Amino acid sequence: MPEIQLKNVTKRFGKKIVAVDDVSLEVYDREYFSLIGPSGCGKTTLLRTVAGLVKPDRGEIYIDGVLVNDVPPEDRGIGFVFQTYALFPHMNVFDNVTYGPRVKAWEEKRAARLGRETLEMVKLYKRFDAYPNELSGGMMQRVAVARALAAGSKILLLDEPLGALDAKIRNELRYEIRRLVKDLELTAIHVTHDQAEAMAISDRIAVMKKGRILQVGTPYELYMEPQQIFVANFIGESNFLEGRVVGLKDDVVVVRLRGDLKVEAKKSEASQENERVVLAIRPEAFEISKGRRKLVNELKGVVEKVRFEGTDIRYEIRIVNDDSITVVRPSLGGDWFKENEKVTVSFLPEKSHTFLYPPQGLMAELELE
Amino acid sequence: MPRFKVTIFDELSSHRIITYVIYFCAIVFFFGLILIPPIFGIGLKWYLVGEMIENAELMSRAVNAILASFAIAIFVSIIDLVAGIPTAWFVARGKGRWLNIIDTLADLPFVVPTVALGYSLLLFWSEPQGVSSLFGSSLISPGWLLVILLHFVFSFPVIVRVMVGALFDYQRTFEEAARTLGASPFTVDRTVTFPILRPSLVGAFVLAFARSVSETGATIMVAGSFENGAIFVKNMKDMGQQGPLVFVSLVLILISCVIFGAILILGSRLRVPIRHVWPSIERRLSSKSVTITRDTLTMLVFFLLIIVPSLFVAFPAFTAVMDGTIGKAVSSSGIWQDYWSSLGLSYFVGGLATLLSIVAGLPMAIMIGRKRIGKSLSAILDILINIPIIVPSTALGASLGIFWTNFAFVPEIMLLILAHLSITYSYFVRSMAAAIERTDIELENAARIHGAKPFTVFRTIILPLTKYSLLAGAIMVLTRSVSETGATLAVVSQLRTVPVLLVDWVKGTAVQATSSDVGLGCGILVVLSFTVLLFLKLGVGRKSVY
Repeated sequence: MPEIQLKNVTKRFGKKIVAVDDVSLEVYDREYFSLIGPSGCGKTTLLRTVAGLVKPDRGEIYIDGVLVNDVPPEDRGIGFVFQTYALFPHMNVFDNVTYGPRVKAWEEKRAARLGRETLEMVKLYKRFDAYPNELSGGMMQRVAVARALAAGSKILLLDEPLGALDAKIRNELRYEIRRLVKDLELTAIHVTHDQAEAMAISDRIAVMKKGRILQVGTPYELYMEPQQIFVANFIGESNFLEGRVVGLKDDVVVVRLRGDLKVEAKKSEASQENERVVLAIRPEAFEISKGRRKLVNELKGVVEKVRFEGTDIRYEIRIVNDDSITVVRPSLGGDWFKENEKVTVSFLPEKSHTFLYPPQGLMAELELE
Repeated sequence: MPRFKVTIFDELSSHRIITYVIYFCAIVFFFGLILIPPIFGIGLKWYLVGEMIENAELMSRAVNAILASFAIAIFVSIIDLVAGIPTAWFVARGKGRWLNIIDTLADLPFVVPTVALGYSLLLFWSEPQGVSSLFGSSLISPGWLLVILLHFVFSFPVIVRVMVGALFDYQRTFEEAARTLGASPFTVDRTVTFPILRPSLVGAFVLAFARSVSETGATIMVAGSFENGAIFVKNMKDMGQQGPLVFVSLVLILISCVIFGAILILGSRLRVPIRHVWPSIERRLSSKSVTITRDTLTMLVFFLLIIVPSLFVAFPAFTAVMDGTIGKAVSSSGIWQDYWSSLGLSYFVGGLATLLSIVAGLPMAIMIGRKRIGKSLSAILDILINIPIIVPSTALGASLGIFWTNFAFVPEIMLLILAHLSITYSYFVRSMAAAIERTDIELENAARIHGAKPFTVFRTIILPLTKYSLLAGAIMVLTRSVSETGATLAVVSQLRTVPVLLVDWVKGTAVQATSSDVGLGCGILVVLSFTVLLFLKLGVGRKSVY
């Protein structure tokens, strides 16, 4: 069972940079797991410690219950897909793909069969004799995946594998990689900074910031139940409204926003009387209408900007207390609003999240680097 | 630069015709002064070869000398690769500040003028002051073995320098990918790293080979009665025998060009067998104990065969301080008067050759680096530029002398400058063309789009980004010129540069110099050369040297 366990792993570069800070994590057998976070958050370093390419300063790494801290990369039984593909330029596609079986001195016939099968899986068998410089970016990444699979490992580590590809190919390839991982019953850890990519293909996701893991959960949990302000902002998008708790009801808290606006929000551990809080509300959680509809949490405002984004329309609305909020509505169906139009926005308390106001300030908490 | 000059140059550079005139002049300069006289000049006297063929004894001596030149060059280049690659690996892949010291020490034989190196090795291996004192007799007498040791020592830094640069440029992701696929470090090096670094390996081999075939001054010092091609040419010139001189020079030039062509063609086609892997053996070869043994052996060879013998010249130099020789040197009395004028001549010729190489070499480097005259023509120029480096300098000097004296009376100083220019120009162009090629062309395009004229683009983008390579190239050219002996011996009869003078001192042909005199003479040259290296290291920084 290729289960991966990390216990209190720390990696420093020099005296000042803590790339991975006391990370503990468990990746289950046959799970498609993603590590996401902004650039420089330590996700690639963490992946490379699992692969054995970086030695942790502290902590333990287990694969299949075996401590592998001192096991070299070639003996960890992993496949690794690099962002830059790292296809050997002096070998053709077939030799690249069969490199793993050959260096393990597997029988020539078996190596050839594996090479053929994996190339067929990634739909590149016809290009078996091409050299890397004759392939497109998408093809090179397919070959890189095939090479990692042909080595016969049950763990696949992917370091921003789609980062260098254009959007259309990226979308196609991400589902293809997931299909292969699931068909072959592999355990995969996928590093990306693209939250949409991680949401689309992962069973579970870990969100990292400054070397630490902030939250681990399914895509649904991270989107619907973010535990931290940074996660609420990094997974999807959120509006943040600052206020103070002025009342407590059964499932909701009453929060007074700037300009003495009172709204009801979902109760949380931050819901103490008089506590300074931040409400996170997703742009798509807002309703928008022209007049009052006697709903809870109605906020009057003026449309400042309208952006057509294809499937959605994005509105920037200045509400009466001078806070600005973003509202996203589907472009097909529903009303459209114009710039300078007076509107009313509303949201249901259960679609909001209440967080304690961060001690270092909201902007610092949301900083990506 | 004053503003108005920039404007004039900008205006001129924006006319395409001016640019092409500059490129045309650079090509004429290259063919007219650098390539044709030193390479094809010898052909003007081809009829003298007849005399040589009739003299069986001389013929046999000439053939043996030529064979010795190439045999030593090939052998030395191979053992240099064997010893130099682990050293380069050690420097590029190791950790710790002290590796910088090893890295700088590896340059030592490169910077010490070869005559000083030759004298140092002679003292260390053959003279009573050296390691021979431990054995009671000369451990290695002057002859072919000492020539091999000498050539090994001065070609070694070429391999280390090229390979360290290549290893720094090399993307280690390839190695990491191979490791994650199950390859042991030894398998990775054999099947991935070496095949990818093959062009650098071939390049390093060619440079070490060329350096060995060309070297004359130091070889004369340690050769005893042994004769290779360069020494044969020098001996024939001393004896006034033009036939054998022309024959050997012609053959050396032809064979060098053929070998260079063969390496160019075969080097790109050579396939290292990488398909088969022996995991258990290769794993054992990757083990820590094997790695430690390899590194220890590498360092032993490095210090015992290269560094200590190279630095041994310091002993007589120190003796010179004690026994009053330094007083004679400072007061310029006796033989020292010649020394100082030779030193002045060496640096004058070196400085002028460097300046001319920069002025005439820059347009050529741009043409090659940016493929300004089309891909094919630029590629041809790129190959031709290597020929003066490949051709043995003695033959090159002989050919150049014959060419110019055949047409007109050319003063000896002019011949000397032209000979040095022929050798140094190619080193400079190669270094600059590579630097220009590495500079992203989009930077130039961006500057042009923002309104910069070609001259401003060169002044504000290309020059700042390649200034370190320019400086490094210039210093390399100056050092090479100051060390040069073979071509110098071939073109001069009156003038004496400092390496030629030191060879005379050691051989005792003209004057009787003591070992303190020679030691101090070499020491002064080494100190001056180190000042130049220090300037390079401080002004240019470690990275840009490559």
